[in-house]
Amino acid sequence: MDKFEVFRRDAEEVSILNIQGFLDAHTAPDFEHELQNLLKDSRFKIVVNLDGLQYISSAGLGVFMGVIEDIRSNSGDLKICCAGNKVFKVFDLLGFPSLYEFYASEDQAIDKFKVDAEK
Amino acid sequence: MLKNKVPMERQVKEMTEKNKKAKKYHLKLPIDTANLEMIREFVAKIAQNMGFKDEDIGRIELAVDEASTNVIKHAYKGDDRNKRFMSIDVVAHNDRLEIDVIDQGQGFDPEKIKSPEMDAYLKKMKRGGLGLYLIRTLMDEVDYRIKPGIRNQVKMVKYMAE
Repeated sequence: MDKFEVFRRDAEEVSILNIQGFLDAHTAPDFEHELQNLLKDSRFKIVVNLDGLQYISSAGLGVFMGVIEDIRSNSGDLKICCAGNKVFKVFDLLGFPSLYEFYASEDQAIDKFKVDAEK
Repeated sequence: MLKNKVPMERQVKEMTEKNKKAKKYHLKLPIDTANLEMIREFVAKIAQNMGFKDEDIGRIELAVDEASTNVIKHAYKGDDRNKRFMSIDVVAHNDRLEIDVIDQGQGFDPEKIKSPEMDAYLKKMKRGGLGLYLIRTLMDEVDYRIKPGIRNQVKMVKYMAE
């Protein structure tokens, strides 16, 4: 059984990364690799769906921090959705909600990109 | 942690009884991020058996993961690969769980690693360095004993909720 998996889906302008399992220092490079692939493809509107994520450590949070500047300087954003209680608490502990947008559902996160684009 | 006004004899007796009941566990393993999961499961199982609630088990798992990740990433730069082992020593007391994460690597100066001002820190979007901050936040007591090349130890304590 794989301990960590990333699934990518492109919906028009927005790319969704669904990450599942355990995101720690061992699996963080896999996640980073997928994010870097999106940047290489010039896909800067990204939703990371944490629905299937059971665990995250600071190594995982570091991946989010490592790419956000690049994404925002290309008029994009990385929005996060569907975090379970346990996972959200780790983000919260480190103050992420003031710097990243969190949504309860994937649709809400995707819709926000559309609203942003109309501005 | 001695309660006030308890006669010394009784204190000693109580402490001895507590120590008698303490259960000790030891895990020694190669330096490898692939082992983080095993480390988490090891401490989680002990905490679970002690009766910690799920939320605290999660905190303990994460704190030990962070301390272990620091060892794996930083302790043994350039050293002989054969020496690259780490240990997790756990003592389960009646009222608390003590976990030591131990390596024999180059060590570090905990004084020099200050708690970051998280807001400013995040705004700079710098990665890394969050581990020690998390450990301090998640555990009740944290103590470093650093002897580079000999024995570096991060001791973390979590008390059972009343």
